[in-house]
Amino acid sequence: MPEAILSLSHITKQFGSLLASDDVTLDLRAGEIHALIGPNGAGKSTLIKQIAGELKSDRGDIHFNGQNINGLDAVARTRMGLARTFQVSSLMPEFSVLQNVMLARQSVSGKVFRFFRPVLSDASLVDPAMAQLERVGLADRAQMRAADISHGERRQLEMAVALALEPRAFLLDEPMAGMGPEGSKRLTGFLDGLRAQAPILLVEHDMDAVFALADRISVLVYGRVIATGTVDDIRGNDDVKRAYLGEEA
Amino acid sequence: MTMNRETLINSILGLALVAVPLIALGMDEPFIITLATKVAIFAMAGVGLNLVLGYGGLVSFGHAAFFGIGGYAAGILASHALNYEPIMTWPFEVEGTTQMIVIWIVALVASALIALAIGAITLRTSGVYFIMITLAFAQMIYYFAISWPAYGGEDGLSIYVRNGFPGLNTLDPISFFALCAVMLGLAMAFSAVLIRSRFGLALQGARQNSQRMTAVGIAPFRIRLVAFVISAMITALAGALYADLNRFVSPTMMSWHMSGEIMVFVILGGVGRLFGPLAGAGLYIILEHLLGSSFEYWQLPLGVLLLIVVLFARGGLVGVLAGERKHA
Repeated sequence: MPEAILSLSHITKQFGSLLASDDVTLDLRAGEIHALIGPNGAGKSTLIKQIAGELKSDRGDIHFNGQNINGLDAVARTRMGLARTFQVSSLMPEFSVLQNVMLARQSVSGKVFRFFRPVLSDASLVDPAMAQLERVGLADRAQMRAADISHGERRQLEMAVALALEPRAFLLDEPMAGMGPEGSKRLTGFLDGLRAQAPILLVEHDMDAVFALADRISVLVYGRVIATGTVDDIRGNDDVKRAYLGEEA
Repeated sequence: MTMNRETLINSILGLALVAVPLIALGMDEPFIITLATKVAIFAMAGVGLNLVLGYGGLVSFGHAAFFGIGGYAAGILASHALNYEPIMTWPFEVEGTTQMIVIWIVALVASALIALAIGAITLRTSGVYFIMITLAFAQMIYYFAISWPAYGGEDGLSIYVRNGFPGLNTLDPISFFALCAVMLGLAMAFSAVLIRSRFGLALQGARQNSQRMTAVGIAPFRIRLVAFVISAMITALAGALYADLNRFVSPTMMSWHMSGEIMVFVILGGVGRLFGPLAGAGLYIILEHLLGSSFEYWQLPLGVLLLIVVLFARGGLVGVLAGERKHA
């Protein structure tokens, strides 16, 4: 069994009387895509926020690269190599597509407090940023404002920013959301190859994509993991059928 | 290379600032030169504020504090120099000075330290809270100046002879104007370099989306704090020049009216536009001079104008003339 890059044990988060994460234990192993599925309101995005460090867990431990990261904030976790994308694209709308990616490169370089050299002619930022845009197929949009590109292109840009961080694990929160069938298919192909670079924890509603990509699937219902297993395990699991997949399975 | 429209507008604004006092010199109108000097100084204060307000998206309603700190640096140092009373005698003796360069350094250091303290607290808040807390800090400093009798308290402090600059007769209006215009130019050039740098990219990113900043691993707080300090230093330098222009400094320089005025220069001229503060300060002084001489309530039309800018022309005067800003 490959080593776990990211592991959650007994992660719990309560909002008032609502248990958003209920004793969640799961891990993400090198080279895999681990899909996290569940009905709306199951607590998938809450869990992503807890892993990313945007939300403090009430209980439980998160280990990343063999280190307990409970005490680290979101900035520190990103810098350790945990890159997340957002369910609703979260970009710099007034920046160009290229600048959005350059900012991520700037963070990776560790040199943010530089006051004099013009950033747009800094090849050490521009070149790697362009390389990521080419990977996701946005190179011809590089000079457009992020606010002016299409929804699907914004999803691609989210990916490019995450790629530019050269992370050790990806947390992708519904990367297919709002994409057409054509776009979803292209992204599915892309993610398929991406797992070799770094493992992916994938929250996704598009079941075709999940079944095509996932090495393992965890099913979250009311904040609780009711099953973890391979695609076939999950397809055959009665609890999952009842709770979530319904007639789809 | 074709010149884009904003560059053209900026050149016209810059040329106007230099040409008007030169023409006034030819026509022997020293008062106009003084007005132009005031424009340059106010614009510089605005350049400072624009860094946080325009590029950082942080509405500081307390920049008069830094303007005043610069002013008091000039006033206090000059008064000690003229009285031959050292500022302190223990543990070492510190004399006053009438050298602008020394005064500026003191203004820069003092404003940086105070901005660091104020920023470290205020930048933990955002939105309306940030506006109110910056205002509160500025008011604290304002009341402190009023209640400090050693330097004139409410009556302020006169600078009997304008402080000196090597090789320049600062009492000559056009020479002093030239000095202020050069300082403004330096502040603007510095600001232009800054916003194009890595730091500038991060600062403008933090304005647009702090969630995204965090997700790329850059903490917005530190970026904003550094910007706040630099911004305060530029405004303080303008304050030191303003005290020398008037040869007088009083707590009025620190009042919330002054904070509002600096904000008006920026908003009127164009938030986040390099030449916005110059356009705004110029328009403000022109209106004050033209309307104020015949109409006691000249700020009424100013208010209407401000309302129009905020409602219909977010890019301010520069925005109206040069069109919408292209991406940063």
